[in-house]
Amino acid sequence: MLKVESLAFGFPGRTIGRDVSFALGAGEVMCVLGPNGGGKTTLFRTILGLLAAHDGKLLLDEKPLASLSRQEIARSIGYVPQGHTGYFAYTVRDFGLRGRTAHMGIFSTPSKKDFEVAERVLASLGMAHLAGRPITEVSGGERQLALVARALAQEPRLLVLDEPTASLDFGNQVRVLERIAGLARTGISILFSSHAPDHAFLCAQRALLLAEGRTLEIGTPREVIRADTLQRLYGVSVQVLPLAGGGHTCLPAIGK
Amino acid sequence: MNSRALTYVLAAGALLGLTALAFAVGRYPVSLGEIFSLLIAKVTGSSHSLPANVETVVMQVRGPRVLAALVVGAALAAAGTAYQGMFRNPLVSPDILGVSTGAALGAVLGIFFSQGIIFIQLFAFAGGLAAVGLVYWIGSRLRGHDPLLALVLTGVVIGTLLGSAIALLKYLADPYNQLPAITYWLLGSLASISPRDLGLAAPLALLGLAPMLLLRWRMNLLALPDDEARALGVDTRKLRTVVVTAATLMTAAAVAVSGIIGWVGLLIPHAARLLVGPDIGRLLPLAMLLGAAFLLAVDTLCRTIATIEVPPGVLTALIGTPFFLWLFALARRSW
Repeated sequence: MLKVESLAFGFPGRTIGRDVSFALGAGEVMCVLGPNGGGKTTLFRTILGLLAAHDGKLLLDEKPLASLSRQEIARSIGYVPQGHTGYFAYTVRDFGLRGRTAHMGIFSTPSKKDFEVAERVLASLGMAHLAGRPITEVSGGERQLALVARALAQEPRLLVLDEPTASLDFGNQVRVLERIAGLARTGISILFSSHAPDHAFLCAQRALLLAEGRTLEIGTPREVIRADTLQRLYGVSVQVLPLAGGGHTCLPAIGK
Repeated sequence: MNSRALTYVLAAGALLGLTALAFAVGRYPVSLGEIFSLLIAKVTGSSHSLPANVETVVMQVRGPRVLAALVVGAALAAAGTAYQGMFRNPLVSPDILGVSTGAALGAVLGIFFSQGIIFIQLFAFAGGLAAVGLVYWIGSRLRGHDPLLALVLTGVVIGTLLGSAIALLKYLADPYNQLPAITYWLLGSLASISPRDLGLAAPLALLGLAPMLLLRWRMNLLALPDDEARALGVDTRKLRTVVVTAATLMTAAAVAVSGIIGWVGLLIPHAARLLVGPDIGRLLPLAMLLGAAFLLAVDTLCRTIATIEVPPGVLTALIGTPFFLWLFALARRSW
């Protein structure tokens, strides 16, 4: 559903990454790993059409992304940004309802169906009891989940999550990853970035290692997350250890 | 009735009571009974037995002034509501993009070149629109910055420039005729409102209000960071342009007939938000009711507390400053 071919991306007048290619099918999960400033967020913003591609091809269902309106893109791609600063005390329900914008007319107010969708996604994330609370007064983890709820209310087929676990405690990190795996099983494609290589092992079928805006490697997490690639990506030495029940984990080597 | 509905009913009731009071009090007191009989007679088209003085005072003297206070108060509050949401800042007033300063420069130019009142008003209206147009044009050409920050900073800079042009004209103006007229205009006043002024300002203000009412749900999305609103399917540039145009039209129409009246557009949306929350659809009607009531109360005080007229700009600041500081101290992080 999403096809990226030799994409060059960056800000107006400044290219910060190039030669990124991949395709993402329905229900596939891809994790983008890379150091701070490696271009993950800029790549995502380009895929969302928030920044213009500098070169290469960006196709959504075989159609060039640049030919689609904001509304058309928003009906297909949901976006969960890195964090949200609440400026006004909108309720969590209002916040979730914003996700319905692309399905509404310009002068419309939310219909009964829009309210139902918002309530449903909030409930699916275990947030129904927070619906009436101001977004400015819930915890950081709850706000992150509200962002996910808003993106799901868009009823997207592709969900782009920029470091969805960054500000969460360990329990909420695991819950978000479980949710990602669960959403993929319903056929939604997922593109997310993380600072923890383990997250790729936990719920992604593919990992893209992005260093200085270029693809270091792309493939299954098992193939590409290795001691040598992590050394090149982050400049630290890491052991990738097999686990007894299957799967792998990354353990940094400190003081060696 | 839930508490939110009660808030609207109370605000509307207060506005109605204030309006009746405003017609009654003044140099020539009119009883509420007389106002009521006159209203009945006017609505039904029947004749009445009231003294001619009463009809003149109510229809010619106080009528336009009361209505103007309502229109100007509601317009400033609506524009402030739109701007505060859009700039994601509860401390923003409708003049943030220079509409009042532009209008002031237009009016001062009109006075300086000894134009009649109609041209002074037209210059003020055009000056307000032109100032915001200029700020918007420059601000949207400063690429590579946060678009809102670019707008605000351009607004501040251009506002300062227009302010110094006003200062220059005041310095050059004839100190016996023109300077008092300029000072009077800059302080704002509803004392000399004519039905014609009202006929000009009210339709323009309504024209600005219409898109705001239609877009009341979508306008909420401008309170989100630009990227988020766009990712949700909103063309933020277009929507912002429409909202700025509508709010500017309302403010310029109000300022052209009333002069500069501060505080209403800053305080009232803020107070309304504390009562019903930030959703524009709920906020806009309440802010307009409160804005109309506040300015009417202030203007009624202006013409009754002393033997001379007190400029409303002075009184709004006198009431506004402590009220604002109190609100600011009271409110926590969320607005």
